Amino acid sequence: MPETVPDTSRPARRITPKSIVIWSLVALVGATGWGVLALSRGEEISAAWLLAAALGSYAIAYRFYAKFIANRVLKVDKKRATPAERLDNGVDFHPTDRRVLFGHHFAAVAGAGPLVGPVLAAQMGYLPGTIWIVAGVIFAGAVQDMVVLFFSTRRNGRSLGQMARDEIGPFGGAAALVAVFAIMIILLAVLALVIVNALKGSPWGVFSIAMTIPIALFMGVYLRVLRPGRVTEVSVIGVALLLLAIVSGRWVAESSLADTFTLEPGTLVIWMVIYGFLASVLPVWMLLAPRDYLSTFMKVGTIVLLALGVVIAMPTMKMDAVTAFATSGQGPVFAGSMFPFVFITIACGALSGFHALVSSGTTPKMIQKETQVRLVGYGSMLTESFVAIMAVICACILEPGLYFAVNSPAGALGPTLESASEFVKGIGFSITPDQLAQMAKDVGEPSIAGKTGGAPTFALGMSEIFSAVIGGAGMKAFWYHFAIMFEALFILTTVDAGTRVGRFMLQDTLGNVWKPLRDVSWKPGVWLTSAVVVGGWGYFLWVGVHDPLGGINQLFPLFGIANQLLAAVALAVGTTLLIKSGRLKWAWVTGIPLAWDVAVTLTASWQKVFSDDPKVGFFAQRDLYQDALDAGKTELGTAKTREAMETIVTNSTVDGVLAAIFAILIVIVLADATRVCIKAIRNPGSAEIKEAEYVESKIVAPAGLWATAEEKAELAAAAAESAPEGGTPVAAGKS
Amino acid sequence: MTLLEQVRYWWRELSGEAVYDRYVAHTRSHGQVPKSRREFYRDRTDAQEADPREGFRCC
Repeated sequence: MPETVPDTSRPARRITPKSIVIWSLVALVGATGWGVLALSRGEEISAAWLLAAALGSYAIAYRFYAKFIANRVLKVDKKRATPAERLDNGVDFHPTDRRVLFGHHFAAVAGAGPLVGPVLAAQMGYLPGTIWIVAGVIFAGAVQDMVVLFFSTRRNGRSLGQMARDEIGPFGGAAALVAVFAIMIILLAVLALVIVNALKGSPWGVFSIAMTIPIALFMGVYLRVLRPGRVTEVSVIGVALLLLAIVSGRWVAESSLADTFTLEPGTLVIWMVIYGFLASVLPVWMLLAPRDYLSTFMKVGTIVLLALGVVIAMPTMKMDAVTAFATSGQGPVFAGSMFPFVFITIACGALSGFHALVSSGTTPKMIQKETQVRLVGYGSMLTESFVAIMAVICACILEPGLYFAVNSPAGALGPTLESASEFVKGIGFSITPDQLAQMAKDVGEPSIAGKTGGAPTFALGMSEIFSAVIGGAGMKAFWYHFAIMFEALFILTTVDAGTRVGRFMLQDTLGNVWKPLRDVSWKPGVWLTSAVVVGGWGYFLWVGVHDPLGGINQLFPLFGIANQLLAAVALAVGTTLLIKSGRLKWAWVTGIPLAWDVAVTLTASWQKVFSDDPKVGFFAQRDLYQDALDAGKTELGTAKTREAMETIVTNSTVDGVLAAIFAILIVIVLADATRVCIKAIRNPGSAEIKEAEYVESKIVAPAGLWATAEEKAELAAAAAESAPEGGTPVAAGKS
Repeated sequence: MTLLEQVRYWWRELSGEAVYDRYVAHTRSHGQVPKSRREFYRDRTDAQEADPREGFRCC
């Protein structure tokens, strides 16, 4: 049914000379940034140009494109009450100030993802990653987040999976469910692998991260028993203890306890699995809730600090704009050429399907006005994209030789600093063994070579920037471990929360077969399903650590494909809804990003399954090692034993099958969505959209960050009207 | 509002400390007796336990 609501949200357009001047200047700043990035060849440029290009583009996109989508495509209606207003219960549903909700939504979508992908993609230079992060967020990622938030708000906050089932059909719905579960397992494995790689052989890191567990337990008891709900108090205490844990890590690393906390990757995997299981079956109040506070404070605080640091220090980019690996596809960090693998590797920060889960979760139940989806949905995603740009900067201000020594798999680098230096030289960059040793010493680590996964690289860049602003070279070690702590903290929180979500989905599904499993208070059922989920990501984590070819370069593409698969589901739901609600002429808004996303994801899956290059194609890799085994060889490449070769054969098979399954799921969702769309186009009357009923809104609140003159007048009128009755806060949005 | 009050307001809103006060205001305005702070927070974490998808954060 086409929407018949009059287009009231679009006031008569008055373009003042002042706004023309301002926006021309903004455009000029952005264009200058891009110009410098495009024209500089060979010389080192300041990170300021990257910031100018990104921020200028964001501002233009937010002002013009996002506004166009909100007003013309979605037709947000400020007169229509949101679920927060209609179903207000003071707890789950409550109209929340747009600026507060922006903060909460941003904290919920941004995590470790935007810090890892861009660092890995930096092997192709800073330019491909930067272009994709900025263009991707403007035309795909932020659009997806805003559109899903809007449609979920119109449906009382229904989840992505429910919307897929309601609006596309049971097939699409089931595929979405499988996709969410699969991505959860791969995501948890990859994130855990990032932590294991950052902590291996690092007594300082292991000690300070381990200390977060007693700190969180203490905070949990404080909040539950001593002073319920006193979040500020407990967070101040928690952050202070956390800083103490980082500082005391150095004492431990320099004491006789160092050996106790120097752990092999394999040992760390076992600890991670034990931790993941226990954390997910313990009551929420003990570990998850307090840790969530801590990690959110650390996250927001560090991101703000980092933005300030980059602006003050204005570091210079040492990495080439585009390296040879962009075209050759033979980079050591991950294999494959720029298309499609940059677009797979950088998901969070440009286009992340995962965000669709948050945009169709808590946020739509809290949003005050439909008109605010632009600020909350589009704006939060732009901010996350900015975090990704800062990650690019952190990786690219390092000497390229150092970057490759840190990010190449240990098997390729060899056992010593000399061999690592040789390897880096072999791929066309340079770093001396002495420089590597000095770098490690500066940040208080026994070694930094082969620390793949992105977190150590990001931490090196961040310590470089922070120490330039505060404390000088003497503070480098502290800032490095501060950065590791900040990433580890929210990764561990995600491992806990993600295991719980996976378990919940598993219980819900298996509950169809055997009823008792659905009961979330039945302990044996909880333990069993938790063990299955932990076993799932634990398997991939174990594989990732023991893979002779290196874990991150094998697993990360799978994670990217899974994440982009989820984005395809979200964009397909958005496109279907646009068409079903009679907005065929605007369907390209989500349709083009969907087509791009599908092209990228299917090409990547295709190459991962069918490529002849054993570095890229999983089955080609499998055949290579299987043939060698059949021929009776005892070593091949980085696999020095027959066992290692057998491991590769198994891993490649599992990874290849997964890549194929993801591709098939995308095709199913697309086919089902296409069927529904064609039906809706042929017979516009037949399409049924499942929106909540129209209720007129009584709340008056601005749409954007600042109230416009017109909105100020509305607020004043509403305040005057409600004042005689004792001043009920109708005019929300005042501060 | 003075600057200090504003800072306090925004901090409490963003950190989530204002959640209970909001709940109390809501229940009172509907003529009901609100739960104690302790009870309220227990129920909140229990609800998260029952359905962990609420308040899930992204990567």
